[in-house]
Amino acid sequence: MAVSHSVPSLPAETRSVRNPQLGPNGSLTHLLTLEGLPAEVIRHILDTAVPFTSISERDVKKVPLLRGTAVFNLFFENSTRTRTTFEIAAKRLSADVINLNIGASSTTKGETLLDTVDNLVAMNADMFVVRHSQAGAPHLIAAHLNRTGRNHVHVVNAGDGRHAHPTQGLLDLFTIRHYKRDFANLTVAIVGDVLHSRVARSLIHGLTTLSTPDLRVIGPQTLLPTAVQSLGVRVFHDMRAGLLGCDVIVMLRLQSERMRGALLPSAGEFFKHYGLTMEKLALAKSDAIVMHPGPMNRGVEIDSAVADGEHAVILPQVTFGIAVRMAVLSILAGN
Amino acid sequence: MRGAVAHDARFVGIYSGGAWIAQRLASMVPGEHPLGYIDVSFYRDDFARKGLKPEVKRTDLPFDVESATIILVDDVLYTGRSVRAAINELFDFGRPARIELAVLIDRGGRELPIEATYVGARLAVARDLSIVVSQADDGRLSLGAEPSGGDAQRA
Repeated sequence: MAVSHSVPSLPAETRSVRNPQLGPNGSLTHLLTLEGLPAEVIRHILDTAVPFTSISERDVKKVPLLRGTAVFNLFFENSTRTRTTFEIAAKRLSADVINLNIGASSTTKGETLLDTVDNLVAMNADMFVVRHSQAGAPHLIAAHLNRTGRNHVHVVNAGDGRHAHPTQGLLDLFTIRHYKRDFANLTVAIVGDVLHSRVARSLIHGLTTLSTPDLRVIGPQTLLPTAVQSLGVRVFHDMRAGLLGCDVIVMLRLQSERMRGALLPSAGEFFKHYGLTMEKLALAKSDAIVMHPGPMNRGVEIDSAVADGEHAVILPQVTFGIAVRMAVLSILAGN
Repeated sequence: MRGAVAHDARFVGIYSGGAWIAQRLASMVPGEHPLGYIDVSFYRDDFARKGLKPEVKRTDLPFDVESATIILVDDVLYTGRSVRAAINELFDFGRPARIELAVLIDRGGRELPIEATYVGARLAVARDLSIVVSQADDGRLSLGAEPSGGDAQRA
């Protein structure tokens, strides 16, 4: 803040100090989180993703936009869907994709994260897609690149700890807009393990930035972050009350692998209270859509009848995810 | 163009300027002419310098490109780079039997060996001006020129 007071004549400068994702002219340089990202940047990404959806439907599923661009997938944490869709997105843009198997690489020999990055930049990397179990790892890399004057190399956060998963948030926004046209009159409920969910956090920030009027989180006290209301959501512990009149229901995966201590009696007990069944779905609007970031635990947070039913848009989410990631990669590469 | 265009030729307008001209030509030229649109943003050669333009439209070719006669349509032909990009994009949909090019205005200044098959008018225009073709509600055309600045999209 001291900077913005002392140099009022340089708004662009202060903006880049405050938001490491944006370059001096306000253009997107890295995608680290949806928190604090201006609504027009989010809308620009969503709008750009629309024409990319049709490329995946062509016989030749490829455009020459990122020919010669080297995209490094740096996955320090397991992922199938996200890594694959990033890889497909980059390949459909004609970029060269290098997947690093971090488990078998130098980090296990003691190399620091930033040394790994410096070595890859020395191999002329243009873009890093980073997933890490530690919140802030992609930010650390982006800040390091900015500080050393190499902000022509772009960083995309593909999920860091419990913090953020911005491309998932964007594809969720894209899916909602695709089926509901607009955010202006929507009631959206996010259900389940919000505590461990970077997907939920990114989506909440995106939806509030785009002025969604009624945003709800539904879950047991033990699986909701402390003071989650401060994000601008209404909290429900009773799922039936929370689902009333919803246009969009976002089910979250119960992340048992991240749980420390007794947060839940059992998966069966969780399903009874917070699992989405046809009977509970009937409380939402008749044209409600059901989303899930995957991987799904059938019978834990969602019943198979719902997951395979006509309200579910879970597989379209995956398809849209490719177009949204193509949009993000192209916008970054062009800035 | 009447009489010269194949009866089953498909008209493809290049966004944004060529879209409505293609629409009008397809209805005016005798024959059965399916209509498509192409946005060449993903095929442009200046992406590395300029990035993506703010609004990219969806390429929509609701017919088989393979073995078809295609008439590409644009408002102004200038450097030829948009047409080069459009031809490349067309080939990702199939191998056309023939591609022709129809433009309202040819302003010269080509940077690639590309010529139009059908030309509405030839104009000599200074390099620092861009031509703006617009259509009023009643269908009448108007033509203007405005300073292009360094960054204007060149057709």
